Amino acid sequence: MAVVHSAPKISPFDGEHDALVAALGDMVIASKEAHGEIVITVQRDRIEDALRLLRDDHAYQQLVEIAGVDYPQRAERFEVVYMLLSLTRNLRIMIKVNAAENTPVQSVTTLWPVADWLEREVFDMYGVIFAGHPDLRRILTDYGFEGHPFRKDFPLTGHVELRYSEEDKRVVYEPVKLAQDLRQFDFMSPWEGAEYVLPGDEKADEANAGEGGE
Amino acid sequence: MSFQIEQSPTTGDEVITNYTINFGPQHPAAHGVLRMVMELDGEIIERIDPHIGLLHRGTEKLIEHKTYLQALPYFDRLDYCSPLAMEYSYVLAIEKLLNIEVPLRAQYLRVLFAELTRICNHMLNIGAHVMDVGAMTPNLWLFEIREDCLNFFERASGARMHSAWFRPGGVHQDVPLKLLTDIGDWLDSRLPELFDDAMSLVIDNRIFKQRNVDIAVVSKDDAIAWGFSGPMIRGAGVPWDIRKSQPYDVYDRMDFEVPVGTNSDCYDRMMVRVEEVRQSARIIKQCLAEMPDGPVSSEDRKVVPPKRGEMKQSMEALIHHFKLYTEGFHVPAGEVYVATESPKGEFGVYLVSDGSNKPYRCKIRPTAFSHLQAMDMMCKGHMLPDATAILGAIDAVFGECDR
Repeated sequence: MAVVHSAPKISPFDGEHDALVAALGDMVIASKEAHGEIVITVQRDRIEDALRLLRDDHAYQQLVEIAGVDYPQRAERFEVVYMLLSLTRNLRIMIKVNAAENTPVQSVTTLWPVADWLEREVFDMYGVIFAGHPDLRRILTDYGFEGHPFRKDFPLTGHVELRYSEEDKRVVYEPVKLAQDLRQFDFMSPWEGAEYVLPGDEKADEANAGEGGE
Repeated sequence: MSFQIEQSPTTGDEVITNYTINFGPQHPAAHGVLRMVMELDGEIIERIDPHIGLLHRGTEKLIEHKTYLQALPYFDRLDYCSPLAMEYSYVLAIEKLLNIEVPLRAQYLRVLFAELTRICNHMLNIGAHVMDVGAMTPNLWLFEIREDCLNFFERASGARMHSAWFRPGGVHQDVPLKLLTDIGDWLDSRLPELFDDAMSLVIDNRIFKQRNVDIAVVSKDDAIAWGFSGPMIRGAGVPWDIRKSQPYDVYDRMDFEVPVGTNSDCYDRMMVRVEEVRQSARIIKQCLAEMPDGPVSSEDRKVVPPKRGEMKQSMEALIHHFKLYTEGFHVPAGEVYVATESPKGEFGVYLVSDGSNKPYRCKIRPTAFSHLQAMDMMCKGHMLPDATAILGAIDAVFGECDR
């Protein structure tokens, strides 16, 4: 498909994807080049080696960002995405690892000092543990906050709210009480996304499923 | 945290201990809500632990619960000093996933207003930085320019600050011709007049130089390793500007210079911004001269809603309007990371789409996050009052840093 959008034009990736996959060798689990981005998933316990190799041998000098993503349906539900930038070759790539709540990811603070806060943020928001991180504290949430707010199963409203209490002369934390329910609109087209069941028609699917099974 | 120095060098009997102070969260020089726990040895900074997140609003989580268009105004509220530059990365990320063509006039308009935003942002930062180190007057003069910029935004979008004017596929509305001519006049008269006057008070000022030259020198390698971008990395002498190296919209047609520093101190960072203002004015003039006529947003009715007049005439347009403002448009599944050169540095959006009408994940890469992290490295060994100069030269805004 021809590129017609006007988003930032990085250098063309001629053969870069294959070269990186070959260089990373058995560390690579999956890789793709889509939407003008190279995305390579590597083994969790080799992430430090992979990023060191990319930094030292392939001139990806800068670690721009570490993003967490939550896919609750997966066995290892979190993805940690490292965005790398090559200032000299003018390229950007993404390196991913998969992680669960109880599987630590190697910290890359040894390679880039900037990884310190970036990893703290992923830990704060998703609860991904970074092994070898010098100071894995919460960073964006409140002092004494509980839970990891960007997980998909964390409610948008949170669990506690705070207000200034005139009796206690201090700020108090209380469970969230909503005056009205949080409105969740379902705008999906009835003929595309949502599955609506006609009243009285609930058993149609069961019957179909039964026939299919026999 | 405090440790003891065994013996005072002067008298030999009293004991001096390091002490810890709180800088912020409410401090005029903290540029918002930043709390820094500082460990001081007399007036020398030994260690700084910045505590951020006091303005954390969970923007990224909120975006996951909105359609792509509904999420756009959240970006204005990130860096509220340069709102249009924040929208820029987001609309480009959506356009990259959709692979949608933006009409040329819209591209020019976006570049023009992004540069106007840069001027607007630098006016605030230079003014605030100068005031942090003791001068009052330049700030007041620079705010005149900022006020003019905000008036231009108001005339284009109806809002002074939270414009929500960049849209996926173009911009929301065309601008009146008189606005463009007024911007042209303003670039020739008021901007250079006020700006040069204000800078004549600052640039060679002895006190300003004493407070900024050779403060927080960062080597090239450190600047790269600490993830610096924007004026911070250019101040360190690395000629890296995303507008030049990874051009978006019509930046590749623009003729402008990228200023870089030589000493990598606070003074250089400030001077890079001063020169950027002049270069932005150059870009705006080119935009005004070259901008073609034509539509200001894509004609793809599956993404961009029709104009109101059209809606009154055509059933098709009415349906599109209704669908786009209720369900919104669907974005093909995939993930992109799009970064633009915001006035403060690289502002990136990592957008993951699952093919529905809402972003699955929208990670915002703030500029101040990595710069503030380096506060400890930059401040070590400096005096307490230098911390305000260093912080001023970082140009941190907490709406963006904390999200």
